[in-house]
Amino acid sequence: MKRILSLKELAERTVGLASGHRACAGCSFPSIIRMVLGSSDYPVVVSNATGCLEVVSTIYPYSAWPCSWIHVAFENAAAVISGVEAAYKALKRRGEIKEDKKIVFIAIGGDGGTYDIGLQALSGALERGHNFLYVLYDNQAYMNTGIQRSSATPFGASTTTSPAGKSSFGKIQDRKEIIEIVAAHKIPYVAQASISHWGDLIRKLRKAYEIEGPKFISIIAPCVIGWGYKEDETVEIARLAVETCFWPLYEIEEGVYRVNYKPKEKLPVKTFLLKQERFSHLIGRDDLIEEIQKKVDEKWEKLLRLDGLKVF
Amino acid sequence: MKLKTWKELEEGGVVRNTPTSPQYKTGDWRIKTPLFSESDCTHCLICFLYCPDSAIKVKLGKVIGIDLDYCKGCGICANVCPKGAISMKEEEI
Amino acid sequence: MKVETRKFVAKTGNEAAAFAMKQINPDVVAAYPITPSSEIVMIFSKYVADGEVDTEFIPVESEHSAISVCIGASASGARVITATSSQGLALMHEILYIASSMRLPIVMIVGNRALSGPLNIHCDHSDTMGSRDCGWIQMYCENANEVYHTIINAVRISEEANLPCMVMMDGFIVTHGMEKVFVLEDEEVKSFIGKRKPLYSLLDVEKPITLGSLTLFDYYLEYKRNQLEGVIKAKKIINDVFEEYRARFGINVPSFVEEYNIEDAEIVVVVMSSAAGTFKEVVDELRNKGEKVGVLRLKVMRPFPYEILREKLTNVKVVGVMDRAETFSTMGGPLSIELRAALYPLSKRPLVQSFVFGLGGREFGIEDAMKVFDILKDIGMKNKITEEYIYIGLRE
Repeated sequence: MKRILSLKELAERTVGLASGHRACAGCSFPSIIRMVLGSSDYPVVVSNATGCLEVVSTIYPYSAWPCSWIHVAFENAAAVISGVEAAYKALKRRGEIKEDKKIVFIAIGGDGGTYDIGLQALSGALERGHNFLYVLYDNQAYMNTGIQRSSATPFGASTTTSPAGKSSFGKIQDRKEIIEIVAAHKIPYVAQASISHWGDLIRKLRKAYEIEGPKFISIIAPCVIGWGYKEDETVEIARLAVETCFWPLYEIEEGVYRVNYKPKEKLPVKTFLLKQERFSHLIGRDDLIEEIQKKVDEKWEKLLRLDGLKVF
Repeated sequence: MKLKTWKELEEGGVVRNTPTSPQYKTGDWRIKTPLFSESDCTHCLICFLYCPDSAIKVKLGKVIGIDLDYCKGCGICANVCPKGAISMKEEEI
Repeated sequence: MKVETRKFVAKTGNEAAAFAMKQINPDVVAAYPITPSSEIVMIFSKYVADGEVDTEFIPVESEHSAISVCIGASASGARVITATSSQGLALMHEILYIASSMRLPIVMIVGNRALSGPLNIHCDHSDTMGSRDCGWIQMYCENANEVYHTIINAVRISEEANLPCMVMMDGFIVTHGMEKVFVLEDEEVKSFIGKRKPLYSLLDVEKPITLGSLTLFDYYLEYKRNQLEGVIKAKKIINDVFEEYRARFGINVPSFVEEYNIEDAEIVVVVMSSAAGTFKEVVDELRNKGEKVGVLRLKVMRPFPYEILREKLTNVKVVGVMDRAETFSTMGGPLSIELRAALYPLSKRPLVQSFVFGLGGREFGIEDAMKVFDILKDIGMKNKITEEYIYIGLRE
């Protein structure tokens, strides 16, 4: 087991997104990328799905990526990285890449490219067992195209295609359980994490890089524009998601559930919700807030029951 | 930067010698500027971890300043600093 | 080794394709089964299972992922082959453009099949004609023997041009028809294709690259012009590679076109793929009667060899163009439209009649080919075209 890096060590590895990218002020994914790339002791190849991250970081001829990076389309990041990994294996077998040359393969996508349009390619790559890490940055809507709802958008959130209105309270469906869907492929490692709890995230990443086979880490990615909060509050919002158990930190390693963080005092979910414009129409709708609280509680209790259990 | 002609472009649109984005300065997006107080800083590097623009300058494990060529002024650094060593000031126009 | 002394085997088009793949022994093959090309990867996966190749074979969950895997692998410096047909090619459509824009060599073998709807599994060219503007090289083969040799050439062409390349054969007619195939020795194939020298590789991790950037109005136009240059240059590469192949192995596999009795012909049929064989038979018959008729089989649709077509057809009186695909432009099939456009700048140019035939696998026989010549002779006599396009074999 590799130890967690200190921030000093991370700072010495200047491998995050470089300055000069066009992400919005206060965006959460540059720190996700800093941790994802910085946590690897090996060179990295990234396959990036179409989305905010890809768009803001590679406006030709300016690229913010310090590692080998490819973007092909919206729905196929997992298939593209499968091809890269297959080439690596083939060329290694033929002696064109040295036997001891380890390279880490990472696919990165947002919730649209992962839960929705890219789900098939992801499922195929997981089932085939390629040796790669899939990083989901989950900002819970199609932010790149203008904040449309996705199947990751939470119940009650207002988006541009699930707007709150006189006869609507925003999205009426629950989020898809992507972690459970991915775990059902019985891959060796699945985890959920948050930049607010960076030690936990870096530990998960460093663990993932040492495991053979497909790995999946879902990271909450607060979005200043899409969620509607002040741009200096990104880390705070991510922290509230964890402290309210809206976004529990857990992992499923070789089929064993482990809850990684249990808040000393579980905060009511409205402390998370009501800091955001996308839920502001819920002010005065205690019934809906209660319903959301109930959903969060049920999920959290289910996780606590599963904690330590081997499910596959 | 002078734009290249079609004959000067690399085949396949490949960009080499990455990252190249530092050639593009984002500092002029800023409406608030972080002021860094070295005497209050304990160099915990939390600001470095969360700065979206890689604008916290770190040398030998110590924060040495903020790169205003790129800082978009989001204020995350000031918000996450446990010692109040960074404060945000409105830009003068 | 001359062709007469070369050994031949009986193979279907699919078997010939798989056998070529075995001799090429690509680094990565990714494919999804679809009639009528499924057999290619079925046979190939048996080669993998038997250890006759050491290819990394990726049986993906869709054609969309097949081509995406090919891109990832090719961008990593690997030699890559895939195969598909019809709906599978249509599902890849979005990604085809990206493969060519990244200048990635990929060889794709296509068993031509009609596109839905309605659902049909038999031959026509609507699938690959639908992707003719994707920036790929497209080569249509007449028979299994040509498929075999063209695939081997396609590896070189694709890698020298840094462009993806489709090699086509008619579904069922060629994919499943048993024919004589003259084969090369493994070593001959190996030495002809050599090693791939990629423009760049994602696995060259010490020198990181960014590939697939967002390219906006300030660069997209230049990017496309730059890409076009690659396709223009591919013409010479196609010519040279086939020429070298013919010289080295004594096998007469055409590069752009096959000419059949066109030197003094007054009437020429321009046709692609297997139907050329039918027309050649009819030409023999008509030539015996002293009629000046010929066939020009177009092999390469992209890049479009308009220079050759101009040269070969300028002195012909009547040209009939056979399209095994509809465009719904209401002015004929894709080849006839492009051919007419190619000939238009000539001061002396033939009358060009457009024909549509064989859609969805409709039989096309000697009588049909004869009918085409009858119509063309009639046009020649009247010196006039009255119908924009003519469907052959259609129940009226």
